[in-house]
Amino acid sequence: MGIIEVQNEIVEEFSLFEDWMQRYEYMIELGKSIELIDPSNKIDSNLIKGCQSKLWLHAELKKDKLIFKADSEAIITKGIAAVLLRVFSNQTPKNIIEAKLEFIDKIGLKEHLSPTRANGLLSMIKQIKYYALAFNKN
Amino acid sequence: MAFNVNKIREDFPILKRKVNGYPLVYFDNAATSQKPKKVIDSIVDYYENYNSNIHRGVHSISQEATDAYEDARKKIQKHFNVKESKEIILTSGTTHSINLVANGFTKLLNKDDEILISELEHHSNIVPWQMMCEKNGAKIKVIPLTSKGELNYDSFLNLLSKKTKLVFVNHVSNALGTINPIKSIISKAHEFGAAVLIDGAQASSHIKADLQELNVDFYTTSAHKLCGPTGIGMLFGKKEWLNKIPPYQGGGEMISEVTFEKTTYADLPHKFEAGTPNIVGAIGFGMALDYLNNIGFDNIESYELELLNYATNKLKEITGFKIYGEAKNKTSVISFNVGELHSYDIGTILDKFGIAVRTGQHCAQPVMDYFGISGTVRASFSFYNTKEEIDYFCKSLERAVAMLS
Repeated sequence: MGIIEVQNEIVEEFSLFEDWMQRYEYMIELGKSIELIDPSNKIDSNLIKGCQSKLWLHAELKKDKLIFKADSEAIITKGIAAVLLRVFSNQTPKNIIEAKLEFIDKIGLKEHLSPTRANGLLSMIKQIKYYALAFNKN
Repeated sequence: MAFNVNKIREDFPILKRKVNGYPLVYFDNAATSQKPKKVIDSIVDYYENYNSNIHRGVHSISQEATDAYEDARKKIQKHFNVKESKEIILTSGTTHSINLVANGFTKLLNKDDEILISELEHHSNIVPWQMMCEKNGAKIKVIPLTSKGELNYDSFLNLLSKKTKLVFVNHVSNALGTINPIKSIISKAHEFGAAVLIDGAQASSHIKADLQELNVDFYTTSAHKLCGPTGIGMLFGKKEWLNKIPPYQGGGEMISEVTFEKTTYADLPHKFEAGTPNIVGAIGFGMALDYLNNIGFDNIESYELELLNYATNKLKEITGFKIYGEAKNKTSVISFNVGELHSYDIGTILDKFGIAVRTGQHCAQPVMDYFGISGTVRASFSFYNTKEEIDYFCKSLERAVAMLS
């Protein structure tokens, strides 16, 4: 599935929720089934900076697609990471680089986009894009 | 004056606002306090009626502004029971004050000297000293914590020696609320000829410190912690010390005579007040002290203790609740975790309910390292918080825990 289709799917899922509590509960659920990073990759060089809780991100190129795995000490951060991984994992570096991010606003998580927020969401998106740039060169 | 919290709350405009559709429950007072209308009005009044640069002007409103600024200094002097007003330096806050002193001691200490820093300190009372020690080679020794979040007094006594030149302790810990026994720490340090700097930033909204009685060498605080504006604070220093240490920042106001061959410095306090100060900030600072003294610190202390005990007892009923910092003497701060949940998660959900708490390391990583944790949720109460707010907080916390489990 292309990135745009995945994003639309996610926006549709979230639109079923009436309030923040349902949205957060869903995100917490998503976090529980995230593609978990291998414990051996929970190293400092995989830590996303700017997070109040530890957030690890690992990237690997399989054939022509980038596979991301992540984990976090905080459940909500894990949930947000799970949403991002659904959008960006198993996509080509080129598609990741060109991807737009309006879906975050549409699912009611715009507040997490502020750079002052201590959950590293912006940093994680930046890191995903950096990986895509790096793997695209090769 | 009889203490009436509901009447007091009417003085604070921000307490009427809503967050995410819920009434704001502001439990982040240790980070910064809310401001009463009197303080806000004094700031507007300054800019509307007599804004002017101070000290050098000969015109009328310059004189009015100068009088208001120096009156604020006198209010601070009176509040802290300081002998001479020139021992009160107006700074941009505690961090600035501590850096000023650290800079001053750079050339006075050397590699044979030791300084004692408590494990409870906020980074602003650790980092400037580390930077100083890099320059002059002095050694830092750490006064350790106990599991109750108090300073290990016996270890402190063992660390003191004739090599000790400076001791740094916060009056109240911002991370745990512990009130440290600073009077005896100061007296013991003096027996060894060491000077003591007490970081009073966290304490000043709860405790009225008598600096002559404490006989402390340096004491710092920030106005924004005690219902005053941001960007202004004070450094008290005994004049013998302030005369000994060199200026921190050079510029206008702090000079006596300037030529390119040589410049001489002004007397205290202006020697340490370079440039145009935060004039309106000082005025707001003075007004905040007036406001608090009108309520009375005895009233503030006893009411906040009531809130602390009420909240602590209610929170202890929550499964998995773990408190950090159970000193015998505490201010109204509760640092805690619930089970294995990360403080960030709890703080985020509480915010959704309109509750403002702080999460994380509270600029006190050594404290977090001591307890082996990544951070805590910190609820800090002020004299304008209520038991009803605490009830709501506890209910919301239970809901947050249920969502996250």
